[in-house]
Amino acid sequence: MTVSVSITVNGKPVTRQVEGRTLLVQFLRETLGLTGTHVGCDTSQCGACVVHVDGRSVKSCTLLAAQADGCAVTTIEGLAAADGALHPMQAAFREHHALQCGFCTPGMVMSAVDLANRHPGGMDETTVREGLEGNICRCTGYHNIVKAVIAGADTMRGAPAKAAE
Amino acid sequence: MYSFDYHKPASLSDAAALLGKAEEGKLMAGGQTLIPTLKQRLARPTDLIDLGAIAELKGIKEEGGALVIGAMARHADVAASDVVKRMIPGLADLADNIGDAQVRNRGTIGGSIANSDPAADYPSAIVALNATVHTVKRTIAADAFFTGMFETALEEGEIITAIRFPRAEKAAYAKFRNPASRYAVVGAFVARTGGSVRVAITGAAPSVFRWTEAEAALSANWSAAAIDGLSVKADGLNADIHASADYRANLVKVMTKRAVLAAG
Ligand SMILES: Cc1cc2nc3c(=O)[nH]c(=O)nc-3n(C[C@H](O)[C@H](O)[C@H](O)COP(=O)(O)OP(=O)(O)OC[C@H]3O[C@@H](n4cnc5c(N)ncnc54)[C@H](O)[C@@H]3O)c2cc1C
Ligand code: FES
Ligand code: FES
Repeated sequence: MTVSVSITVNGKPVTRQVEGRTLLVQFLRETLGLTGTHVGCDTSQCGACVVHVDGRSVKSCTLLAAQADGCAVTTIEGLAAADGALHPMQAAFREHHALQCGFCTPGMVMSAVDLANRHPGGMDETTVREGLEGNICRCTGYHNIVKAVIAGADTMRGAPAKAAE
Repeated sequence: MYSFDYHKPASLSDAAALLGKAEEGKLMAGGQTLIPTLKQRLARPTDLIDLGAIAELKGIKEEGGALVIGAMARHADVAASDVVKRMIPGLADLADNIGDAQVRNRGTIGGSIANSDPAADYPSAIVALNATVHTVKRTIAADAFFTGMFETALEEGEIITAIRFPRAEKAAYAKFRNPASRYAVVGAFVARTGGSVRVAITGAAPSVFRWTEAEAALSANWSAAAIDGLSVKADGLNADIHASADYRANLVKVMTKRAVLAAG
């Protein structure tokens, strides 16, 4: 038995018939061709698959597409402006050299944006490190990711950005 | 994952009817434990009944002096709830330290206690705060709810609707967490209500248990020092790659002391 799933993905409503067992990440990558969302572990550990469902970050490998029926989903493809201008968090990741191979980056950025939204008063390093516990990076050692998230969050709330060290 | 028929009923009665009709029905709350289980093909339900659209299961409120949390309240909702922070701040704090932000955005209190993972956090709060588990057919006292490793008093198809926590004067949780999963290697929840003290330990044994010696010691003297003279036997405690039984026995003491200090 298939189920009809209607989701607003990056602002665009889509409806598809899928199997009940289809994961949200499969729906995004395979049904819609949005391959920016990655699968690192497929066991809910690494956070490479993080997207927003109704504004909250979730691991899309641990959610059925059918569970997101009627919801708004934002993926990494949905962050940049229509003219291609990067989202402040994406720009901060580039500025602060917060990625090496880039595999974890889409999930890191999506988690970071949610974290910044939930801390409108700004964040210290400990808050960022704790907030990113669900995201694993095998390359960077996290240091530059933390710098980027603090800088990106500053820009998001209109605080003067600090230059990369 | 094996295939199944997916259902999203809008009411408890529809959910119960679907369960009744299914050859092998399975309830799903946040899916944070169930989906990984299905992926590993450790379960093979014919029908998956998603509780996510049932309004009656949501919500957190104060009712007759007690805190009532709907089964589908997510960990992030409990952590951020003003009602929880006002009535039992230690419980909000526990919820805020479950797993990671993404797990907290989906995982629910009902799913956590129905699962009865020996290393889960919530069972300690249910037992120490002497909460009552409300289901579609009855209420179950905390002390009767957790019956063993991944086992509870729930009958086949019995749906948890809410958990009712009496207000405590002092309550706090301390856990020594596994750095990778954030589950409790050992967690201690202490609560004082009236003259009575309850101490519940998770992570250390196959299921949550009350540490009655500590309860007696803290009833006589509510201070971390009251725990100093007690000893915990390692017999029967969990031993795995994360910690030996002896280490866990020591952690039971240390975490209980930390919880008392945190409760103030
Ligand atoms: C990476 C990761 C880290 C985690 N870390 C922690 C941690 O540190 N501490 C911790 O305590 N937990 C942790 N968890 C578990 C998490 O809290 C889960 O959310 C929880 O165990 C299950 O809740 P759920 O809502 O996702 O339930 P589900 O996975 O949907 O369901 C679990 C079980 O409960 C049953 N069930 C669900 N709702 C009901 C109901 N209302 N009535 C009757 N039965 C029901 C289901 O049928 C199923 O058998 C972690 C999970 C992950 C993936
Ligand atoms: S792929 Fe989802 S958490 Fe790793
Ligand atoms: S940049 Fe390679 S995993 Fe993070």
